[in-house]
Amino acid sequence: MRRSAQILAKRTLAHTRSSARVPPSKPPAFLPYTTTATAMGASDGQETNGSSLNGSDSKRSLSCVPWSSSITIDNINPKVLECEYAVRGEIVTHAERLQHKLLHNPASVPFDELIYCNIGNPQSLGQQPITFFREVAALCDYPGLLDKDETHGIFSSDSIARAESIISGIPGRATGAYSHSKGVKALRVTIAEGIQQRDSYPADPDDIFLTDGASPGVHMMMQLTLRNRKDGIMCPIPQYPLYSASIALHDGTLVPYYLDESKGWGLDMSELKSRLEAATASGINVRALVVINPGNPTGQVLSQENQQNIVQFCKDEGLILLADEVYQENIYVDNKKFTSFKKVARSMGYTEKDICLVSFHSISKGYYGECGRRGGYMEVTGFDSDVKDQIYKVASVNLCSNLSGQIMMSLIMNPPKVGDESYELYTSERDAILSSLGRRAKMLAEALNKLEGVTCNEAEGAMYLFPRIELPEGAIKSAKAAGMVPDTFYCRRLLDATGIVVVPGSGFGQVPGTWHFRITILPPEEKMPTIISKLTTFHERFLQEFQA
Amino acid sequence: MAPTKVLDPENINENIKNLVYAVRGELYIRASELQKEGKKIIFTNVGNPHALGQKPLTFPRQVMALCQAPFLIDDPNVDLLFPADAIARAKLYLSYTSGGLGAYSDSRGLPGIRQEVCDFLLQRDGYPSDPDLIFLTDGASKGVMQLLNIIVRDKKDGILCPIPQYPLYSATIELVGGTLVPYYLNEENNWGLDIKDLRQQVAAARNKGINVRALVFINPGNPTGQCLSESNLRDLIEFCHNENILMLADEVYQQNIYQDERPFLSAKKVLMDLGLPYSKEVELVSFHTVSKGYWGECGQRGGYFELTNIHPKAVDELYKVASISLSPNVPGQIFVGLMVNPPKPNDISYPRYLQESKSILESLRRRAHIMTDGFNSCRNITCNFTEGAMYSFPKVKLPPAAVAAAKAAGKAPDVFYCIKLLEATGISTVPGSGFGQKEGTFHLRTTILPSEEDMPEVMQMFKKFNDEFMSAYEGPSEPFSRL
Repeated sequence: MRRSAQILAKRTLAHTRSSARVPPSKPPAFLPYTTTATAMGASDGQETNGSSLNGSDSKRSLSCVPWSSSITIDNINPKVLECEYAVRGEIVTHAERLQHKLLHNPASVPFDELIYCNIGNPQSLGQQPITFFREVAALCDYPGLLDKDETHGIFSSDSIARAESIISGIPGRATGAYSHSKGVKALRVTIAEGIQQRDSYPADPDDIFLTDGASPGVHMMMQLTLRNRKDGIMCPIPQYPLYSASIALHDGTLVPYYLDESKGWGLDMSELKSRLEAATASGINVRALVVINPGNPTGQVLSQENQQNIVQFCKDEGLILLADEVYQENIYVDNKKFTSFKKVARSMGYTEKDICLVSFHSISKGYYGECGRRGGYMEVTGFDSDVKDQIYKVASVNLCSNLSGQIMMSLIMNPPKVGDESYELYTSERDAILSSLGRRAKMLAEALNKLEGVTCNEAEGAMYLFPRIELPEGAIKSAKAAGMVPDTFYCRRLLDATGIVVVPGSGFGQVPGTWHFRITILPPEEKMPTIISKLTTFHERFLQEFQA
Repeated sequence: MAPTKVLDPENINENIKNLVYAVRGELYIRASELQKEGKKIIFTNVGNPHALGQKPLTFPRQVMALCQAPFLIDDPNVDLLFPADAIARAKLYLSYTSGGLGAYSDSRGLPGIRQEVCDFLLQRDGYPSDPDLIFLTDGASKGVMQLLNIIVRDKKDGILCPIPQYPLYSATIELVGGTLVPYYLNEENNWGLDIKDLRQQVAAARNKGINVRALVFINPGNPTGQCLSESNLRDLIEFCHNENILMLADEVYQQNIYQDERPFLSAKKVLMDLGLPYSKEVELVSFHTVSKGYWGECGQRGGYFELTNIHPKAVDELYKVASISLSPNVPGQIFVGLMVNPPKPNDISYPRYLQESKSILESLRRRAHIMTDGFNSCRNITCNFTEGAMYSFPKVKLPPAAVAAAKAAGKAPDVFYCIKLLEATGISTVPGSGFGQKEGTFHLRTTILPSEEDMPEVMQMFKKFNDEFMSAYEGPSEPFSRL
């Protein structure tokens, strides 16, 4: 905000200096032209103001700008204003400010580092990449290495062989070229084989669209299915805010269904049915159902029976099943395992003809955590071929997803096998990361459950805990006075006191009157005790302050 | 009852149905089919240099390999494989991020790289830039989509686009539900800008109740290849200032210049040179990418846009939308850094970098000439010289019989011509109708990217096809090519 003020000040100054000069400044937006357009712009702005966080503020800033920008907060796309993405929202913005303070005036904050538990970004917190994957990536980026003898002394033999096979699968051996808009065919073949191996049901490379992370795939599906506000998408609450944001951006309606916190965030079929009926009764045309398994932010792993019921429900109600399965390799309990929705549907005897199913996957999670390179895919099954052509067309406008991410996706779906030179190193790296994540999840959940007024389901999978916090009346009142949602207030206090960055539950949705936050289990294991003790001390003080 | 599909082509999003993206449209699909059948296809439909054999520059690939596998840097034998400046640069980039290539960055991109972009802009234009107003993106297209998404509210919002235009613009405007307001480039005047036409188009659109909000221009031009003159750019800026229109400057071909009279001039520089009030008031977004130039690193999806005089609250909203996609891909970001900060004269890698980049550009310049000359040697074809960018956009005069035959086949005449060309020669082009053209004229776009040694043969095949096509539809006469 300070920056904005500076810019505005500069602009005002500039105008003063230039006011006597020819040519004149810009006329106020749209004034000299047709009144229809002007009126429309204005009324749009008004509406937006009502729902915008910054409505009144932006008016003030506008009034001190003597000329009128053609694009202002009042006349941008209202769907953009509407969408919210808490994972990088106000708490994170505040954390960036504190980071700045810490750098320039360390004495002004009561901690010596910020601990980012707001986002599933493992490598930023020290998780090391899998060596084999990175060897192959390096060789693909600089294929000149493949011809050099020295390379054999530095790289594993299977990484050299793999890089050679990947490069020879790319037309013209060109990793610097746009690929097919669905992704390099040979890589899609590898991925389809990986899916087939996982599910024991066939997968078709032509059903696979490689994307820059899972998010663009989700956007594409929302864009395809949503025509207007009357189209609805069912989403779990709590949900990962990519869904709410994407639905808002594409002008649809989010139809919530609540996960049952008292049953380990289980999914209750009667809840699904009644929410669907209510939405239909109010004129919403529900088109798809989002399921996140393992859950984000809730960490549950769905039982197979639950999955079967969901598949049956989607089939009976004619809904597209959008299955967010990006955490499929993050499972921390022995009595649960990941089963893909495709496998569940096929094992129920349902084919492509019976159910439309999209499965999203990503290179950003699992034991690999390769967030920065933005790789992912969606497997689109059960759609008419002309609908798939439409998805392909939309993908083609952006030409293709990045090759580095595409290559990494293929590696994840086809890691070293028994007998390969890298196999041992690969499994030891993988298992060390996953078992450590499991221990961290347990440690953190136990600590949270010890806090007064806090209950927390265990993380069976994914990368997050989503504890529920009973906030004292006094805290709720103070939050209100500060113009904050109570859980945001709590998270902000936690941040100010400890440097721990978490995301308020309100960013994900929660049963009204309950408060939560989401915390990742990603800080290094050796740091966990410190984090836990900081959290505990803060929580006790917070209660003391507001229970009084 | 046969089960009905949840989604059928009739009940999907209207904007998607209406979307047309010719660069990978009917011709491309037909070409892919033919390729599957075993025919040799020369893809000149997309500006995708590496796919046609252009080799990547060595230095950036070395740096990338080291960033991919940081353990190499600690290997005692690393200097057998990598020059010292590549190692130093990789260390620098890894120091910009806490988690290397594997961590999401700031949603606008790594601050260190945004600073490199600012340093480059200062050097290029002589004016300072603010790293907080630089957004790194997964290629320039993503940036264009982000901007149009925030500008367009509904069908009543209009975006001015040059005709012919790069169909990313028409496609994205369709996707976000806005209205494309065309302004025509003047083919007779070397695809120059006609301010009078622009003014008329804006007035006409406004009379129809369209709220004209932004103007796209592409310099150097795609598909038209012209380089805008300083006076043209000034006129555009003054026009947008007077009409209160935001400028979207597609400057992705800024390194691709094939003549010396009109070097690339950025809109930002011309805007700043104009001084007040323009320099503080005209809202400008300029786009750049690693996919073009002598880099041609299309597959990396790296790019950036710079915001000038954009309302700070709108900047915040752009940041928010960018954050929903978490961050642009980090390898692509590093390519942007390498592009704006290539090896310098005293660096070990400089001679090689210079030699590689020069030979690519010089060859492209020669190819631009071969192609334009080849087209102009056909009696029924006229083609402006490719001053910049990567494309030729010749105008093909089609005989009435060919137009009638196209109609009978249910195709636009230029599509008909391009498909025949493809089937006869394997040359995959894009029909002019995909970019827009004056009614009654027919064009095609081809890249100048086939390798230099293939180029004479490609043009020979083209001319032979054109002669045969013309004699088939205009009756036998003298050859249509003058060579």
